[in-house]
Amino acid sequence: MKLFVSSSPHLRSKKTTTGVMLDVIIALMPALIMAVVYFGFKALLLAFICVATCVLTEYICRKVMKRKNTITDLSAVVTGLLLALNLPVDINPFIAVFGCVVAIVVVKQMFGGIGYNFVNPAIAARVVLMVSFPTAMTTWTNTCFMDSVDGVTSATPLAAAEGTYSYLDLFLGNIGGSMGEICTLAILLGGIYLVARRIISPIIPVVYLGTAAVMSLILGLDPLYQLMSGGIMLGAVFMATDYVTSPITKWGKVIFGVGLGVLTMLIRTYSNLPEGVSFAILLMNILVPHIENLTKPRAFGESRKKGEKV
Amino acid sequence: MNREELKFPKKPFFTKGGAKVPHRKNTATCESVELKDIPEVIIPMSQHIGAHCKAVVGKGDKVFVGTVVGDSDAFVSAPVHSSVSGEVKDIIYITLPNGVVSEAVVITSDGLFEKDPAIKPPVVENKADFLKAVRASGLVGLGGAGFPAHVKLNVPEDKEIDTLLINCAECEPYITTDHREVLENSWNVFSGIYAVKDILGVKRVIIGVEKNKPDAIKLLKEMADNDKYDPDDVVRVLPLKSSYPQGAEKVLIKACTGRVVPTGKLPSDVGCVVMNVASVAFVAEYLKTGMPLVNKRLTVDGSAIKNPQNVIVPIGTPINKLIELCGGYKEECAKLLMGGPMMGISLFEDTAPVLKQNNAIIAFNEKEASTAKGGSCIRCGKCVDACPMGLVPTKIALAAKKNQVDVLKEYNTMTCMECGCCTVACPAQRYIVQSIRLGKAILREEAKKEKGAEVKK
Repeated sequence: MKLFVSSSPHLRSKKTTTGVMLDVIIALMPALIMAVVYFGFKALLLAFICVATCVLTEYICRKVMKRKNTITDLSAVVTGLLLALNLPVDINPFIAVFGCVVAIVVVKQMFGGIGYNFVNPAIAARVVLMVSFPTAMTTWTNTCFMDSVDGVTSATPLAAAEGTYSYLDLFLGNIGGSMGEICTLAILLGGIYLVARRIISPIIPVVYLGTAAVMSLILGLDPLYQLMSGGIMLGAVFMATDYVTSPITKWGKVIFGVGLGVLTMLIRTYSNLPEGVSFAILLMNILVPHIENLTKPRAFGESRKKGEKV
Repeated sequence: MNREELKFPKKPFFTKGGAKVPHRKNTATCESVELKDIPEVIIPMSQHIGAHCKAVVGKGDKVFVGTVVGDSDAFVSAPVHSSVSGEVKDIIYITLPNGVVSEAVVITSDGLFEKDPAIKPPVVENKADFLKAVRASGLVGLGGAGFPAHVKLNVPEDKEIDTLLINCAECEPYITTDHREVLENSWNVFSGIYAVKDILGVKRVIIGVEKNKPDAIKLLKEMADNDKYDPDDVVRVLPLKSSYPQGAEKVLIKACTGRVVPTGKLPSDVGCVVMNVASVAFVAEYLKTGMPLVNKRLTVDGSAIKNPQNVIVPIGTPINKLIELCGGYKEECAKLLMGGPMMGISLFEDTAPVLKQNNAIIAFNEKEASTAKGGSCIRCGKCVDACPMGLVPTKIALAAKKNQVDVLKEYNTMTCMECGCCTVACPAQRYIVQSIRLGKAILREEAKKEKGAEVKK
């Protein structure tokens, strides 16, 4: 009789990395569907281009590096989808492809692939594109329900004066912006799905949005308007909760969320940049290792006083 | 010691983490079957934590059920007894499933199960007598750890014990032996509790039972309310949430009393003694009859077993013989476990004997035995949420692989009790607890080196 010998435990949960990524993809579907509703099938085409580029790039990368191929874990699909949702729908496809290559090659694979990137690939790529192609990245197409009196493009709610858009338009996404970030409702649905499936903990999104709301009040802005415009919803639910680049400790998540909220609102108010979410997430990503070192949980039975021998 | 007034908790205290493992208590309704048709038993001299025993019988000696076949002078040790009557066939060396090489006495059974004439109930007048009797009974922690019971019960004078906890959580999947012990042997459970409580002088006894055993909870509650079984009214039953590892000593103490055992300390430091329900039932049996620990209740289950059931077998029964008596395999067995699937040891041969601290034999088919692939850590933090000890498992595991001693120390690696919740929860299917075990070994080596350096100075 041949017996297999291994160290305990001899059970595993059914949840796998692929399953987690699949859940994230499902959670992104409402946002993608709303993008199609507002902009037509070109939104779907852009998403497809991004996903295909990301998966293909990852495949080639792993081949060239002579490593085990990881495209089946679906993480490249998530990156592609997230980046697509962060782009204006009418962007030149070549710019989108360039962004995908940056995300996968430079940010993800050069640091060792899934689990080793220190910043979120989709966010980093978006920042690279914003710096490289500022005009293309901020030319927002009107949604199909808007009156096209001021031409084919519209200002984002952040660039326009507060009150330009009604709360209902902001909530439903009938505003200018990247194709996936406009519809607050769709993003919230995705977020609720992720929390219900226990994929993400609600700590980061809740603390992030809460801090941003408080900061708005301090800075004399309308918190509701601020939270429903720009990329903060998409950022809080999908980008800031990225496993690899967010703290794994509970208090680390809280500090991370507070930092994001403060930075986002400061950049929105005091800098010349059109939006603060991407830069805030990028900055906080870099701080994650330090945040984790500061928030090491107290072990069971460990003395409350630091350094005291029990 | 200043303690809060002793109260019986109405509901368990909060315990952190844990894993939702499948229950698979298929044998909960199977009454234990006594198996006697064993031609030969192999009795290892190491069936406990502590010093190995030396064989005190020779080849060709006639032995009876309960005859001492191995003993040791060491304090942390427990004698071993023959579980059958017959003739000593040989004294051999075997490798136990945990990798320890031990002497073992092979006894050919004559099938008569004659009791050793020297066996009589022990005379217990004081604590010293009681501890001597417990040692002579060969009792070790029957929950799985195998720590000699007389050592645990010999609480130093300066430590005040106020609570006796009876562990009937049985959080491991498959295993139903404690459950059956309660249903089939409840009278002994209570008289054992009374014997131990009187020796320890405690005023509070809490039986912790996971909620997935409603019939056991009901029965124990009825008995605890009955003056016949609980005349001093000190025993209470506390239903615990069904979550692995509720039965781990430190977790059980927290759940039942709210007390936290400090790192590196023992339950007695927070006024508790924890005993397995089968252990206390055995104490009662021994005080009544004087028959030492020679039989063991086991759950035989798993996807490859034809007739899952609970059995009572002589200690030392070879596992292949046991499985044959249980109807054999229905599929090819690819993994054989001694103990539950969470902390059990996988066997490298099926001829290994049943040990005192065993409570289950689980046989997995090919599909269930297949192993995880072990991808990259995606830092999801599921292991952090699952760890009942409040550790950061993935960090410790990575530090262990890189041999970073200072990180291992900083992250309280030695607090890990190796329950495996982190590993079960990991979506990347990584070998987390296995790496942490490596980390603990690294720290033990390091401590040895430091000690050596001090001696040289």
